[in-house]
Parts: sequence; structure tokens; C-alpha cells
Amino acid sequence: MRFDTSPAPHVIAGYTVPRVMFQVLFALLPAGIAHVALFGPGLLLQLSVACVTALLAEAAALQWRGRDAAPALKDGSVLVTAFLLAFSIPPLLPWWLGALGTALAVLLGKHVFGGLGQNPFNPAMVGYAILLVSFPAEMTRWPVPMDVDGTRTWSELAQLSFAGFYGADLAVRWDGYTGATALDSIRSGLDLRYTLPELLGRGEIAGTLGARGFAWVNLAALAGGLYLMARRIVRWHIPMAVLGGLLVPSFIAHGLDSGTALGPAMQAFSGATMLAAFFIATDPVSAATSDRGRLWYGAGIGLIAWIIRTWGGYPDGFAFAVLLMNLAVPFIDRYTVPRIYGRQP
Amino acid sequence: MAARSTFPAGLVLDAHKQQACESPIIELPLPTQVVLALDQGAGYSAEPVVAVGDAVAAGALVARADHPFASAVHAPLAGIIVAMETREAAVQGGRSLCIVIDGSGADRIDDSVRPVTDPASLSPEELVQRMRDAGIAGLGGAGFPTPTKLASARELGAHTLVLNGAECEPWICCDDALMRSAADDVVLGALILRRAAGTVRCVIAIEDDKPAAIAAVTKAIERLRDDALTLAVIPAVYPKGAERQLITAVAGVEVPAGGLPADAGVVCQNVATAAAVARWATRGEPMLSRIVTVTGSGVAHPGNVRAAIGTPLAALIAACGGYRGAPLRLIAGGSMTGRALPSDEVGLTKSMNCVLVTTRDDIGSRLGAVELPCIRCGDCASVCPAGLLPQQLLRAALADAHDALRRLGVRDCIDCGLCDYVCPSQIPLADRFRHARRRLLEAEAMANKAAAARERHELHKRRLQQAATAEQRAFDSVRNRARQPGDGSAGDGN
Repeated sequence: MRFDTSPAPHVIAGYTVPRVMFQVLFALLPAGIAHVALFGPGLLLQLSVACVTALLAEAAALQWRGRDAAPALKDGSVLVTAFLLAFSIPPLLPWWLGALGTALAVLLGKHVFGGLGQNPFNPAMVGYAILLVSFPAEMTRWPVPMDVDGTRTWSELAQLSFAGFYGADLAVRWDGYTGATALDSIRSGLDLRYTLPELLGRGEIAGTLGARGFAWVNLAALAGGLYLMARRIVRWHIPMAVLGGLLVPSFIAHGLDSGTALGPAMQAFSGATMLAAFFIATDPVSAATSDRGRLWYGAGIGLIAWIIRTWGGYPDGFAFAVLLMNLAVPFIDRYTVPRIYGRQP
Repeated sequence: MAARSTFPAGLVLDAHKQQACESPIIELPLPTQVVLALDQGAGYSAEPVVAVGDAVAAGALVARADHPFASAVHAPLAGIIVAMETREAAVQGGRSLCIVIDGSGADRIDDSVRPVTDPASLSPEELVQRMRDAGIAGLGGAGFPTPTKLASARELGAHTLVLNGAECEPWICCDDALMRSAADDVVLGALILRRAAGTVRCVIAIEDDKPAAIAAVTKAIERLRDDALTLAVIPAVYPKGAERQLITAVAGVEVPAGGLPADAGVVCQNVATAAAVARWATRGEPMLSRIVTVTGSGVAHPGNVRAAIGTPLAALIAACGGYRGAPLRLIAGGSMTGRALPSDEVGLTKSMNCVLVTTRDDIGSRLGAVELPCIRCGDCASVCPAGLLPQQLLRAALADAHDALRRLGVRDCIDCGLCDYVCPSQIPLADRFRHARRRLLEAEAMANKAAAARERHELHKRRLQQAATAEQRAFDSVRNRARQPGDGSAGDGN
């Protein structure tokens, strides 16, 4: 009897890229629920425009590059980019800015480098950074979250979200419903020579754990991130290093000067911390290669984010921190090649 | 689903061993015809000493091991040599010169088959030589000649003999079956091998998923009361049974890259090889048979079979109830590193520990694989037992960047296939690295050839120059002498 032949190994575990990508999307669910509950349905609007734009941009890019679009659209990677960008931008952003950011993320962040697996930068952060430097006013205007005081209702937040989404002028009708993020307010407060305890004591900025509203989103993102770690989609090195790089300096600085330096709890549960640590920095394509390299990579992101949050002029530091450390990846990879079995270190 | 062990690298795989392990070993009667590959799996061929038409007795030498990496081949049955030709075989490259013997039905035994009266009275050198004559080769899967390994271990002063009973590959359980049924043979062989290798101690290593084998070997060791023969139970993690990984697990040392286990003071042999040595010592029988696992969803009644070397695989499968369902691949070895064979007419070799007949149920994951670009997830690096970065190696392999391939250790790859196994992009990494190693070898051969040619050219040029200079000098000296008046002896004067 005759048989066909093929090279070993003859079995594989059957893990797939789509499985990885859809697990990541699934793990974002708790953070999404918290986000919608506290900031209104803006996230869902941003998600829909981002996903549609991302799929269209991916298909167009592959068409231009003369590649088959079907497998790339099914692998889910472009949806992860869309989700991460939609989670990062304010839920009140006019739809065309969300679409622009997503298109830039997919085209400039991913396909100019050769598509999946080839991009040196995190595509979602490329889109975010371009939007942030180009449209600073729109990119720093958030709805005041539900849990600040009881006078706002979720349906009002829904109306606000749609108004923002269609680009209505929010200044008149919705004054008082929008504002800067907690991190932003703290920085401007400190610039006005308030002390940190005064600012946090106001109540609308800080909750029991971290920033109002954002604390819950961060907690939910942490839960999703731990799920990814348990499922071995994400290994511990990058998230723990990011948190270490952010929290260790903030712990020291807060100990030295509690009047102006945010403590570790506030840092951990404000802004995009958990989303960045578990979902953004862990994008493997643009991260360092080895386990040791990923520790340096993550620690660098956390540290740069802390520096930008402390001294920088932006509401949050993670987008630039991730992009800067993406730049450092070839350097990190060069000096963190693991020791090969039987070779001298 | 497979669980992932965190340290040391490797992976717990689905074992699939029960199917074949439950029933006792089948003793297969001698087949009517054997096909003896002169390369028994180590990649080097023995030199035939018989011709077509010769009659041979059972146990007679049919091919001599001239190369140290080849092993002698013997006729497992009495009969007539009916063919000597290149055929498909379970070896690298897929073809080998084969000797085909038709059994005559007579059980004429060759005069050379005599028990070794007292192995302890032989010097280690004599032991090694007689094992070479008996064609003893590693039964663990590589088929490397045992005497060659033992001799180099003696030379390099190895202190520990590790007997490999790990059997980490999925599906394979012939060593397990052997240890359960013939632990005394394993232990006796261990003593002979220890003496031949000149090591102080011997450790038998078994993975913890074989409690019955562990119990049997423990008892056999206790009966012997030899302090320098011990048992090591190691975790059942693939590929713990790979030579280097096993040595690290048992002895806690690493084999230097590019070196031999003996450089780390260790020599490794398979438990089945030890049992074959015992069989040779007690019965005088050269390596004529082995136990092989015949399994897979494509076999009706999976089991372990003791069969003559050269038995066509079709006969082994028939002994296990024949094919079942729709067999897709016939694999010599396990599912991770086994070689897919084109035909079941191939003869059993010494290196073949398993005949795996797979259907879509077994290998559907591989057949249905859709390759996507690498997303640099690093799962491959986290399981690599050699500590490599397969994703970086892949880039170097695709770019054919030879320096990078060497630096990243493409030659330190032990070809275990785990990177393939876990890759979510389903990239055939192990095969890419195999090709890369081959190209590297070819490029190095080319470079050597080019260097030799260049050197030859340079030397040729220099020789021509020297000849020209010498000629010039001779001319000059003649001319000078001619110009020197008064030196009458130089010429005939003006």
C-alpha cells in the first residue's frame, strides 16, 4: 500500500491567530460594559465606526497590494486594532475623527510596513497619537462619568454621546456634562498651585480607588487581562513590567512628596493604565521578542508613561510610551537574546 | 488539550499510549521475506559481504560496518539472497541499498551465534569490538551504532551512563512494554554497557507516566544490589527523552553546543539497547529483532510487536489486525519527529521504534493548517527546549541570512517540532529550519570548495612566479659570470 508523505511534526495543537485575536476581543468585554455603564453608549458608536473603517481600510490596502483580502479580514487582527483605538479615544469624538484615526492606524500603522506581523509600531497607537496631536481639544473632552453625582442619567449621557458622535456643538447644551479626564484635571490643578489632597478631596476627580469612572473601567480591564493571562494568550512579562515601571516610581515619588505626586493606586486605576498594560503593550508584533526583552520593554513603557503623566503636556502617557518603546525594540532584542542550550552566556 | 509546563521548556502533550500498551507484546513469527536496509537509520551504510544467490543461515553477517557510524547487518532468518538493490527505506533521503532474503523455512543457525560465556571476563575494548560485530545499534530512534558511542565515552572519560527509558514521544510505548516485561534484561544490559563505557555509575531514567515500568525496574535493581545503578524518575514532558534534554534532567549538566554528551561526562543509551545487549550476551544473538509499537487510528488492534529486523511493515500491521478506516500517513516514529514513509513494503530498521498509521482523526490539525504571517507571539520561544528564538530564526531562514542563522543557533535546534506544534500562525517552522540547515551546509561546502580553489590558484601563481624567478636568477648568474673577466672557469672567455 502506498502513502503520501509530509514533514514532521505530523500534529499541531491547532492554536490559531483568529483564536488569539477573538480571545483578546472577548477579554475586552468587561471593560466595555463598565465603559458604557459609566460614560454612556459613546464607546459602542466609536466601536462601530472603527470596525467598519478598519475592515474597509484593510480590504482596500490588501487590494492595492495585490493580496487576497479574505484570510486577513477573517484573522481578526484588524478588529483588535479597531477595538483598542475605540477604547482609547473619548466616546464623544465626532465619527469622522474616529474613522480618520482608524484608517490611519490600519494604513500608516500596519500596511505601509507590509501588513500583519511586519509593523514596527502598535497600529492603534499610531492612529491615536496622530489624532491627539492633530485634534487636541476633541481628544481631551470626555463625558463626566455617571458616578460623579446623581443628577445625570444614562439617557442624558446617551443623548450627549450621539450629539458628540454627529459633531454637534457641545458647548451650549452640554456644558457641565463634559470635561477633562481626572489625570488632566489633576495636572491643571497642580499647575494652578493646588495641592494633590485638595484636588482629590473635591470628589468629582477621585473615587475610593482611582479616578472617578476610570477606576471601574480599569478594574474591568484588569479582570479581562487576568483572563488573557490565565488562557495563556498573554504571558505575564509585559503587563507586570508595565505596571512595575509605572507604579514603582510613583510609589517612591508619592513617598517623597505626597503633595504633588500621584500615588500608585491612583496611577494604576486612572486613564488607560490597565488597558495599556494588558491589551496595548502586549501586542506581540511590535513588542520585544524574548521574555527578558519583554520585561525591559514593558518597564520602559511604564516608566515613560509615568514621566509623561508627571511632567508632560498630554492627558495620558501611554500612547507615546508604547510608540517610543516600539522604536527601542530592535535595540532591546539585540541585547536580550536568551542563552542557547549548551552555550556560554 | 495540552497543558504547558513553564520551566524547563517543553510541553506536556497528549500521550495516546494506552491503545498499544494494554495488550502483551506480540511475538511475530519470522516472515517469508525480509528487506534489510544497509543504512539502519543512522545515515551511513554497511558494506555488503554477500551476493545475490548466496544461501545464508540465521544470524549470519550480510553487511560489515566499515564506517564507524554504520552498523553491521545480519540475516534474521535462514534463506537465499534474492536481491540487492536500492529501495525505499525508512532512512534519511528515503532510499537505501537493501538486501532482500527469502526465507527457506529451515532454522539453520549461523556458527557465529554463541553466547558470550562471561561478559565480565572480557576487557571493555573486547566488549566494544564484539558488540560492533553483533551490529548493536541504538534502538531509541536514531539507530546510531552503540559501540562507537561507548568507545568515544571511554576516550573522553565519561563518568555516567544514562539509560533512556523516558519515551517522551506521543504514541510510542515499546520501551514501556519492554521494561514491564523484561526489566531484568534491561538491568543486565545496563551493567555490560556500564563496563564497556567505563563509567562509574549508571542511571536509568523513566518518565513518571509509566508507573508499572518504574515498579518493574525498581524491583530488578533491588535484586541486583548495585549502588552504582540507580533509577531517576523524571516528569513526563516532551521532549525530555531527547538526549541532551535527558542528560540535563538527570545529571543537571548541559552538553556543550557542538559537543558530545561525553564532553559533559555522560553517555546515553536506550533501555531497549541495553536489553538487546543482554540478549546478545546471554544468547549470542546479534541484533536480529526489536520491539516496535504499531499504533494509530489506522490500525485495527494497536500493540507492541517483537519482529525481525527487515520485516516488511505490512506484515507488522497485519499482525495487529490490519488497516482500519482511511489511513493517510504511514509514519516511522512518533507523531512529533517521525518520518512519513511512502510505502508499507519498507523493512523494519533497528532505529524504528514505532509504526504509526494515522487517519484524519490523528493528523487533521496538521492537514487543515492554514499558514498565516508570524505575529511574533513568542509561544515558540517559550516552549523551545534548546532556548532558541524560532521567530527570529524564521526571519533569518527566509532571508537565507547565514550568519544570523548560525548566531541564532539553527544548528542547536534538536528538531523536536514543538515550535510548529504551538504556532498559532501554523507555520511549518521545523521544516523551514531543516531546509535552512541543509542550505547552510551546502553554502559551507561551496565556500570550502571556493576557498580551496582560490588557494590552489594562489599557490599555482606563486609556483609559476618562483619558477620564473628561478629562471631569471639562473639567467642572471650565467650572464654575470659571462661578464666577469678573469674567471676562466665560468666560460670559454672572449
